[in-house]
Amino acid sequence: MEFIDQLVAMMPMVLFYSAPLIFTAIGGVFSERSGVVNIGLEGLMVIGAFSGIVFNIFFADTLGAATPWLSLVAGAIAAGIFSIMHAVAAVSFRANQVVSGVAINMMAVGLGVFLTREIFGRGQTDSITQPFYTETIPFLSEIPIIGDMFFNGVYITSYIAIGVAVLAWFVLYKTTFGLRLRAVGEHPMAADTNGINVTKMRYIAVILSGLLAGLGGATYALTISLSFAGSTISGQGFMSLAAVIFGKWHPLGALGAAVFFGFAQALSVVGNNFDFLSEVPSVYLVILPYVLTVLALAGFIGRAEAPKANGEPYIKGSR
Amino acid sequence: MTDNRKMNILVPILSVLLGFLVGAIIMIAYGYNPIAGYSALFQGAFGSLYNVGETIRRTIPLVLTGLAVAFAFRAGLFNIGAEGQVFVGWFAAVWVGVTFELPAIIHIPVAILAAALAGAIWAAVPGILKATRGVHEVVVTIMMNYIALHVTNYLIRTVLSDGGSQSARISQSASLSTQGLKEMFGYSQIHWGFVVSIILAVFIWFFLERTTYGFELRAVGFNPNAANYAGMSVKRNIILAMMLSGALAGVGGAMEGIGTFGYMYTHASYTNLGFDGIAVALLGANTAPGVVIAAFLFGALKVGALSMPPLSGVPSELVDIVIAMIIFFVAASYMIRLLILRFSKGEK
Repeated sequence: MEFIDQLVAMMPMVLFYSAPLIFTAIGGVFSERSGVVNIGLEGLMVIGAFSGIVFNIFFADTLGAATPWLSLVAGAIAAGIFSIMHAVAAVSFRANQVVSGVAINMMAVGLGVFLTREIFGRGQTDSITQPFYTETIPFLSEIPIIGDMFFNGVYITSYIAIGVAVLAWFVLYKTTFGLRLRAVGEHPMAADTNGINVTKMRYIAVILSGLLAGLGGATYALTISLSFAGSTISGQGFMSLAAVIFGKWHPLGALGAAVFFGFAQALSVVGNNFDFLSEVPSVYLVILPYVLTVLALAGFIGRAEAPKANGEPYIKGSR
Repeated sequence: MTDNRKMNILVPILSVLLGFLVGAIIMIAYGYNPIAGYSALFQGAFGSLYNVGETIRRTIPLVLTGLAVAFAFRAGLFNIGAEGQVFVGWFAAVWVGVTFELPAIIHIPVAILAAALAGAIWAAVPGILKATRGVHEVVVTIMMNYIALHVTNYLIRTVLSDGGSQSARISQSASLSTQGLKEMFGYSQIHWGFVVSIILAVFIWFFLERTTYGFELRAVGFNPNAANYAGMSVKRNIILAMMLSGALAGVGGAMEGIGTFGYMYTHASYTNLGFDGIAVALLGANTAPGVVIAAFLFGALKVGALSMPPLSGVPSELVDIVIAMIIFFVAASYMIRLLILRFSKGEK
């Protein structure tokens, strides 16, 4: 069963490509569930990647082995702060949320490369010296097949991403906070009447999406690219947005979609190893996530229903 | 004092000024002289005939993508897919330019029409999904952008070349660029596409403001229910608006294909013409004359930016930040409107 062996060998790579998408998609779920469209996920990932790399380079000597972990935190916080811009525009100033997201994306690349030039004197940062390394989990990796698939040569960040997705499901569906957040996205006026502060909930949701997208961007930078330039993040944010929708705005759905998109990405890289795929041009695998998302939206793969008030600013007193 | 017309002019102007102000603050914060920075920008955009020529050729596709986004906006649609429509238009125009041998008077229009058709077909997908299944066009167009990027890259490698990263040059009969015009503007990349842009801008203005079709489109954009009640077909108008918008963006791609470059190359990421088109449309208040002015401003900013590092040491990305801030301020115009209202109340 050569095919199965190859599939098993590919799994760590799938997890590795999925992790940034999972983090960012979960961020997108929070924002969109509260009724704020976040096209700016891409830009927030850029800020996360940039901050994670710069932090890593400057603190590698003093922090040693803890550097990559704190770099993740730095990336998340920086993008969290940056996302306030989107929250202010979309929630307080009733801006068109898509336009504000576009502005966030442009701003992030401009600012990231501008600061890179200021700090490093050129358009690309140095490579980091303290990245994440693959790890092999003792005992678990010895389980036949499953050990090789999930516990051999994997990044810890992939597990954290899956953990975050499960946590997000718990928060959104099993806590009062989650109920309120979803209420604000479905029917803000009803939520307001029940004493929920719509503005506050939406601010929290957007900042959460910033933190998580920053985490996603930093994860990408610290495991895959290992440096930052204007082209480091090219489309992962939009792919995460696709995962949000393909996953029907549900954290576990988004998790599944992100893993699936990671699978498609991995397949487009190593697809030639498979006999039955060697004849298929890689372009089909590359566009697969996007085509599937369109089909999902069109209702061919189950109906994808957006939160009712998604994209609409809430104006108190209006009906 | 504060009627809508005045606001529509005041808000963009204030947004541009605020954008430049933010840029100046950033320059000061990083130890640059903002006056030196902005005069380098101006030099780069208008300093010589060469620079003017470059600014004009940068403006040409922006007018078209700006019109594309503005046109869709007027019909109540958000065409964030101009990016992808540019790719397919660019590809179609170059394909016609490479494949056929025709007299220029036929070859150029055919190339442009092919680009328009490709863009229209690409935009029809989100249009039809929106009209028949109520799917929001923003997400579909984003997905279509990536599909366009990867598919055109694939076609360049397979159809337009043998595994290469760029197509052959188009034949001269399909080219919009002529030696005489280039010479006049200091051997810049300027081409006759500006005529195409102006004609289409005038056409769109006329179509929207002076024809029944345009009126129907705007009515559907204002209030689909009322338009439906008045006997207009909302579905048909949505699909039509999306396709025309896509056609305009496709022609924008053709301007790069048969104008600026004369070939097509594989792209690692977006051209940003589509996203800049969103900025242009917003700043131009979704009107054809506004779009032309805003496209010229952004064309000048983009070309001028290239002169900032050599002349003033300021990284050219500063201009990206300024443009992003301008969009941000236009988007959050509620804030600016509030400020103006408060200010004018204080006067009374």
